Amino acid sequence: MTARGSAREPTDRAGHRQTAPARWRSHIVTALLLGPTSACYFLLLLAPLVILIIFSFGARAPEGGYTPAFQLDNYLELPTRATAFTNALWMAAGGTLLCLVVGYPLAYYLATRAGTKRTLLLVLVVVPFWTSFLIRTYAWLTILGNNGIPALLDRAGAGHVVLLNTPLAVMLGIVYNYLPLMVFPLYVSLERLDKRLLEASKDLGAGRLATFRQVTIPLSAAGLLSGVMLVFIPIMGEYIIPALLGGGKVFFIGNALVDLFLQSRNWPFGSAAAIVLILVILASVSLYLWLGSRGQVRRDVSIL
Amino acid sequence: MSQGTVPGTPSGRPAFDRAGRWVDRLLRWHAALVFLFLYVPISLVVMFSFNAGERTGELRGLSLRWYAHALDDRFAMAALRNSLVVGAWTSILATSFGTIAALALQRTPRTVRAAFDAITYIAIIIPGIVIGIATLIFFVNLFGWLNPWLDFIWTSAGLGTSPTIGTGLHTIVASHVLFTMAIVMVLVRARLAGMDRSLTDASFDLFAPPLRTFVQVTLPQLWPAIITGALLAFTFSFDDYVIASFVAGPGQPTLPMYVFASIRRGITPEINAIASMVLAVTVTALVIVGVVYRRQARQGRTDERWPSTPQ
Repeated sequence: MTARGSAREPTDRAGHRQTAPARWRSHIVTALLLGPTSACYFLLLLAPLVILIIFSFGARAPEGGYTPAFQLDNYLELPTRATAFTNALWMAAGGTLLCLVVGYPLAYYLATRAGTKRTLLLVLVVVPFWTSFLIRTYAWLTILGNNGIPALLDRAGAGHVVLLNTPLAVMLGIVYNYLPLMVFPLYVSLERLDKRLLEASKDLGAGRLATFRQVTIPLSAAGLLSGVMLVFIPIMGEYIIPALLGGGKVFFIGNALVDLFLQSRNWPFGSAAAIVLILVILASVSLYLWLGSRGQVRRDVSIL
Repeated sequence: MSQGTVPGTPSGRPAFDRAGRWVDRLLRWHAALVFLFLYVPISLVVMFSFNAGERTGELRGLSLRWYAHALDDRFAMAALRNSLVVGAWTSILATSFGTIAALALQRTPRTVRAAFDAITYIAIIIPGIVIGIATLIFFVNLFGWLNPWLDFIWTSAGLGTSPTIGTGLHTIVASHVLFTMAIVMVLVRARLAGMDRSLTDASFDLFAPPLRTFVQVTLPQLWPAIITGALLAFTFSFDDYVIASFVAGPGQPTLPMYVFASIRRGITPEINAIASMVLAVTVTALVIVGVVYRRQARQGRTDERWPSTPQ
């Protein structure tokens, strides 16, 4: 890597000689290349978020919308919508756990036992993920609707059962839609797992369960954590599944937001709810990053 | 395999994996059930699209009438056209912005990169519903502020009635680009990080100008990430209901908005027909991409083989 820079035109890359005008030109080019993205971020993300924060301290105009004010009323009123938050949190936690319980054995099977069918089966996990979310949710609407499973149960003599517009329906929709997102990272971490460690564990006399608990699970913890995050965060902000399968009876924050912004047109209150949703999500991401970094430290120590 | 272990099973599975038969069987059954769970609902959607009857839940003979019905539906087709336009623009803009930003970020100081990364992750993790609401408020305020100015300029210049800017397909594209651009950037940056720098160095050593190096060395290595990003951007945009429903203009629904509204009105097999056609397009696209990737991967392997042989 020595004395190569002198032989060619000046570039901006480290370790190569540059004249001052060339450096300036390079800076300008970089700024121009970053321009469109920066503009998008400022106009479509940062500015809207700042407006959202400002609105959350404002007051509702009589005809709906926003009038300037500085008050905490919107945040203090949030407990009236607490059910939406607790619903979303519980369903997100439950849905994530269910995805994990269903997804882990599948990822384990794909990583260790699928053999030659592995690629095909992986593709089969991926395909639903690429198909329309709305269609996947709609599919359950027919299955759980009155002509679906309830009709079959009725004919079988189980009486009239209502499945649609229940928490169960929403949970099914959540697991169905988010399962692939849980399986990918788990598969990747299980596939990368050094099989010799499992052998070592066995050679040292550990039983199958002990090996799984003490070797496989800790070593796939990174994938497990990513899977949990990938599933938990979008469920928190879910709107379509509760709207279609919960039928207004199972309410998430997203549904409350739509209601507040489009129906009751209470923009400041809605803004406050949106800000709290963002804070909850940022808190869970921070927790994830903290857990991840702690895991890193522990792994390094264990190598020593 | 290390010495001293029992030889692998006939299937090539090493001995440590030769769990009790019931574990194998249990895992296999579990996998089979999960695949059923994943595919039965979609298959039912497709099956009922061929329904000759009026209602989705009851299959009364097979026919293609709902496909004809969907294709004749002026509103559905207009919505489809809107979705294709929005998806194409989103894909083009997000892919170009995201890719050039990813390239530019290689040349920036660490602090700029860290700030950009932080904003990128925020753009990705914030729920669509919040993005939709926030951008709607922003657009309403922006247009409310811009339109009087436009009016002022037009009237003072004597041009007659001024154009007014409102929400429409362009606002949907704008808010879709935000999220998808971030995704493209992450993908391309990951690819750049894993790229072999020696090839670029070799190109420079052979006196190739920077642009030529980029076109002939860097870009070919980036294509997989760029194509994946473009497809993801299109799929996301084509599929999105939540953001679009906020920032869409009046009377210009996208296909998901049309489907959502139809579901709310009552379920007919026409929705199934539309859904099946969308599914068919998605699966075809996936198969094509899969084939292209396989060929590329095979080529990549042969390419990699010869530079490493002299060692």
